[in-house]
Order: sequence, then C-alpha cells, then structure tokens
Amino acid sequence: MSIKVYVPRDTTTLSLDGNRVALEIIKEAESRGEDIQLIRNGSRGVFWLEPMVEVETNQGRVAYGPVEVRDVTRLFDAGFLAGSDSHKLSLGKPEELPYLKKQQRLTFARAGIIDPVSIDDYKALEGFKGLARSLQLTGQEIVDEVKASGLRGRGGAAFPTGIKWQTVHDCPPDQKYIVCNADEGDSGTFADRMVMEADPFMLIEGMTIAGLAVGATQGYIYLRSEYPVAYDILKEAIDNAYAAGYLGSDLLGSGKTFDLEVRLGAAAYICGEETSLLESLEGKRGLVRFKPPLPAIEGLFGKPTIVNNVLSLAAVPYIMSEGGQAYADYGMGRSRGTLPFQLAGNVQQGGLIELAFGPTLRQLIDDFGGGTASGRPMKAIQVGGPLGAYLPESQWDTPLDYEAFAAIEAVLGHGGIVIFDDTVDMTEQARFSMEFCVEESCGKCTPCRIGSTRGVEVIDKIRSGVNVEANLTLLDDLCDTMIHGSLCAMGGMTPFPVQSAFKHFPEDIDKAIAHSTSAEVH
Amino acid sequence: MTNRTQWNLEQVTQIIASLKDTPGAMLPILHGIQDTQGYVPPDAVPMIAEALNQTRAEVHGVISFYHLFRTTPPGKHVVQICRAEACQARGARALEAHVKAKLHIDYNNTTLDQEFTLEPIYCLGNCACGPSIRVDDDIVGRVTTDKFDLIVDELTTVALDLAPLNPVRQEKKA
Ligand SMILES: Cc1cc2nc3c(=O)[nH]c(=O)nc-3n(C[C@H](O)[C@H](O)[C@H](O)COP(=O)(O)O)c2cc1C
Ligand code: SF4
Ligand code: FES
Repeated sequence: MSIKVYVPRDTTTLSLDGNRVALEIIKEAESRGEDIQLIRNGSRGVFWLEPMVEVETNQGRVAYGPVEVRDVTRLFDAGFLAGSDSHKLSLGKPEELPYLKKQQRLTFARAGIIDPVSIDDYKALEGFKGLARSLQLTGQEIVDEVKASGLRGRGGAAFPTGIKWQTVHDCPPDQKYIVCNADEGDSGTFADRMVMEADPFMLIEGMTIAGLAVGATQGYIYLRSEYPVAYDILKEAIDNAYAAGYLGSDLLGSGKTFDLEVRLGAAAYICGEETSLLESLEGKRGLVRFKPPLPAIEGLFGKPTIVNNVLSLAAVPYIMSEGGQAYADYGMGRSRGTLPFQLAGNVQQGGLIELAFGPTLRQLIDDFGGGTASGRPMKAIQVGGPLGAYLPESQWDTPLDYEAFAAIEAVLGHGGIVIFDDTVDMTEQARFSMEFCVEESCGKCTPCRIGSTRGVEVIDKIRSGVNVEANLTLLDDLCDTMIHGSLCAMGGMTPFPVQSAFKHFPEDIDKAIAHSTSAEVH
Repeated sequence: MTNRTQWNLEQVTQIIASLKDTPGAMLPILHGIQDTQGYVPPDAVPMIAEALNQTRAEVHGVISFYHLFRTTPPGKHVVQICRAEACQARGARALEAHVKAKLHIDYNNTTLDQEFTLEPIYCLGNCACGPSIRVDDDIVGRVTTDKFDLIVDELTTVALDLAPLNPVRQEKKA
C-alpha cells in the first residue's frame, strides 16, 4: 500500500516554496522506488513551520518542518517515510505540537488534516452534519439555534448574527441572497483565507444553512482578487459540492435549492464594507450606501440579503451540529465562542490561534509568539487591522474581548495582531494610516476624502518639526471631524491608529524631528 | 507593432457576449478581459457600455475606481509589493526601496525592456511570513533583497532561454 505524504497547498506554504518541496518528494520517491501518495492538504496554521510535511504511519501522522527543497534527500535517508524521528526537522505528532495543543479549535478543527476539496475527507470529520440536521428544521428553528450560540459577526462590527438572520427571515418571501464577505482586507489577517484554502466545504455548508434559515436560494462569495490560491480551491470545492448534491436544486434529496458562485473583487479595501461590497457585486463603483435601508431588508439588487464574514458563516456548521449552547459555552461576557487570532508581523511564531475569548493579549503573545522575528524588543502591537489602534505595552494586559477592547478605544476587529519591534517609527505608522485612507477612501464624504489628505500633510509637518504644538492640535481637530463626520468606519476609524500612535509614543515625535533635521544637514 | 499593444478583438467580444447576461456582469467582464489581454483596452469600453446598456462614463468610472484594472498593457511580469502594516513590520519599506532601485522604476510603471510592471498592493494574506510580494500569480514570502534579485534573475534568464520560441521576439528580430 502506498504511503500517504502531505504537503499543504495553501498560500503561505506555496510562498515558501511548497510546490518545489512537493515535486522534490515525488522525484526522490520515484528514484528510490518508494510507493507514495502525495496529498495536498491545507495548512494547520502553524505558519512558522511551513512547509510542514506530514507522513501517515501506523501510529498516526508525524510531521517535519520547515522543510526546504535541499532537506528532502536527507529526510528520505533518515527514514521519514516510516515516521522516523531521527531527522533534525522531525516534529513528532502534529496534534501534540504545543502551539496546536493549547488551542480550542472549533472552526479550524479540520484545517490541515483533510484534503480541502475531498468531500469524503470532510464527511469523515463531522462534515455536513449541521446541514443534515438543518434540513429537518424550520427556518425559525435554525435562526433560534444561531441566536442561542451568541455568535457575533466576525468581520469587525460584532453584530449578533442571529438577529441579522431574523430580519432577513422575517422579510416576505422573495428572491433573497446570502453574501459571504471574503474581502479580508485587514493587514495581519488570514483566517478567512485559511478557511477557504483548508476547509472550504465548511463555508459552503454554513452558507447553505443560512439559505435554508431565511429562504434564500442564491449565494455569492465576494472574494478579494489578492487571493488567487483561495479562488482556485473554492472553485474546485464548489464544483465537487454540486457533483455530490450538496449544492444546487434538491439538496440531499430534500427538494430545497441553494446555488453558490464566487465573485472576485478588484483590489479596493473599501469593498469589504458591506454596502460597498454590494455595489461592487452589482457591477458598480464601490461607493458606500447610506443606511437605512439595512442590507438585510434592501441588499443585493434591492432584495433582502444576509452579508456575513467568512468566519461567521464558517462557525454555523458546528453550531448546528453541536447546538448553539455548545458554542456559547466558550468565551467571556458578551463575546461567546472562539475567535481565530492571527499572529503576524514581526513575530517568531506567526500563525493562526483559535481560542475562546478571554485571555489577555500578553498571554497570547507569551504563549504562542516566541518573541519577535528580529530578536529585538517588542514596542507596539496593532490589533484589528489598519483601522485598529496601536497598543503600547501598558495595554497588553487587556483581555481579548470586544467590550474590553472598546473600553480602551481599541478594536478586536477580525482578530489580526501585528507586532512591531523597537525600530518602528510610530509617526511613520500614523502617516501610513492616513495615506492608506487617501488611497482607499470611496470618496463619498468630505471628512474622509479630504480629511485624510490633510492628515498626511499635517503629519508630515509634525515629523519635520514645523509648528509641532499647533499642528498636533490641528491633527486632533481633524481626527475629531473624521470620527464624527464620516459615513462609514473607513473615515470614522482611521483616527484610531493615528491618535494612538501619537498619544502612546510621543517620544517618536522628537526622534522623527531629529531624523528629518539631520537629513537636511546631510 | 508587437502583441503588447495589440489586443484580441474577437476574444474580448466573446467574453462580453458570454458574460453580459449574468447578474452584476461588469466586474466579471472586466476580469475576463484583463486576464486574457493583460489590461482593459480603452477601445473595449464602448463595447462593454453597449452590452450592459450603460454609458461609457459609467464603465470608465468603474474601471478607474478599482486599483486592479489597468488601461495600459503591463510588462511581461507584474510584480506587486505588499505595502501593508504586517509586512512593514518585517522591512517592507526597505524592500520597496530596493525593488524600485533595482528595476529603475516607480509604482505603476513598466521597465523599458517591457519585462516588469511594478505595482503596490495592500496585503496578500501572508502576514505571518512577510515581507511578501506577488509575481504574476505566485505569492512569495520572507522576501529579502537578495531573494528578490534572485527572482528577477530567474525570470529574466528563463525569458532569454525562451526567446527563440517567442513569436513576438522573432517578429522583432525579423
Ligand atoms: C472599511 C471597512 C472594511 C471592511 N472590511 C471587511 C472585510 O474585509 N471583511 C468583512 O467580513 N467585513 C468587513 N467590514 C465589515 C462589514 O461592513 C460588515 O460589518 C460585515 O461583513 C458583516 O458580517 P459579520 O456580521 O459576519 O461580521 C468592513 C467594514 C469597513 C467599514
Ligand atoms: S467614510 Fe470614507 S470610505 Fe466611508 S463612505 Fe465616507 S468617503 Fe467613503
Ligand atoms: S500585510 Fe503583507 S501580506 Fe498581509
């Protein structure tokens, strides 16, 4: 019987030469007359160990990593096909890695274990159980189960998912839509990508259940164009789901219908905002819409529409198969369930860490991060993407919980955690936040469109030492105007990273000024 | 002159015809055109407008709103540098400066030999292994300046090896 060897096919593994490693393994096996079956799984999210190669043995799977092309011959010599632990890259059983063992994986339980496009693999690990149960329930019963889970939208705004579904459910029967927001524009985040690349049937199942709950027969996944690998895997998975009767008319012989299509975005951060996304799906410029009407009532093509983040929809199959209460048993306060935190930036052990809400930021970093990649001290952490605040060390003991973060004028957002070492110039980061807003503003309202351009100018003046006090006051006024006068969170939250950078790292202003004046001298 | 400034009218016509009746057809059509032609030729705008029953200004508005769509032909390879925060934390700013110096171009420009077009991009979802870049459809992580030079060398050498097989280049020589 051939030996199963796993090399992930996700973006991160491929970005670290994973395809060449896979080819080298095939070549080496052929030349040695070894009978192997190479399986392209998803990543388990232990990105610092990718490419992580796994071999199926009698004792279960064993892992080796990070594997480079030049390691392959020696791995064969060391007997890795028999699961030998004599090679220096040997990691033992992957599920015993402390990085994974310490997690609470509900959504990412299958990630990296299965072949992402194999329906059999998915079904062997609880897949489609939630759908099977949902097909026995009324729409209202499904909505009630989601409400009981306490799930709040994982796209950033943390709005209760069950309540959104109720609104769409209660709209009179009509064409309704399920739209999955897979725009994942926040720097430092990759959890959506991992769902789509490691376990896409979970998303397909979650969307189908949403369709059953509210009476929607058409779904769209709006995927950012920056994710070509996810696009290919999703399309393969959708084709396979259709072929096996998990999509289309007559779902599993129930007579119910759900169709699903992937649509690509076109590199516009604002199209992650739900109404801008809907405009884009309709084929227009991604201008943010005024609310009301809510998309739940007048959404895509004017019809009732659920817009949910990938992670919100991906949590649904677990909730429907294990019960809302099982999900709600995790977490703290009003933040129920788990959040996949994403450790990124200047960090030794970056990757995906799914945990119940509640531990502090410092615990997460101490338990998983392994320090900075540069080996220098950490200075600032940006949580929640480009609209999230920069946190100084004094705030790292804040619990990872929506309300606790709101209390310090910060956001958890989509769970991205970006670490900076002490070489960062926070005034430069603040400038970038404004610059990003200039680039990505949809242009509909003045405080955001003009305010961000003015913001860049004012920060440039501060950084070069021109009327510093007066310009800091001006910057504060400008931020106030953006916060209170913007239509959406793009303009409304850009001030968060800007103001936190200046407030918590005032010493960087002097450093920037000194740097700019010395640059002038030279 | 060469394929680079020409585009395939027949192919574009066919893409528009096959997609125009899907709901929200605009972006799928623009993607289809850019995927096959490398850019959205300005002369395709009236064709799209007519098929979708919109004005040219509307089509133009959509093309210009999205960073992805180009209206001029790109070089043989498109290099995109991630400028977002997690990559900044791993030295993206220095990499960006190196790349511009190495290719002698700024963002949204193409090298004189038409080999490379350089573009900014904001996050490739590879934020735990930055700095990251995308070269055509491949994403590359932990890109040092040396690694970048190697990639450029590899791409240009392969191109030279293929030169005799490349009809465009043969045409030029002839
Ligand atoms: C500027 C901006 C960008 C956003 N980007 C995303 C995104 O990339 N993905 C996402 O799911 N939500 C994003 N959102 C939030 C969405 O507007 C919306 O709240 C979300 O898709 C709702 O789904 P959820 O309830 O499941 O979170 C963004 C919001 C704003 C203001
Ligand atoms: S705040 Fe900015 S992005 Fe949001 S609607 Fe206004 S201009 Fe558009
Ligand atoms: S910030 Fe560069 S890949 Fe995400």
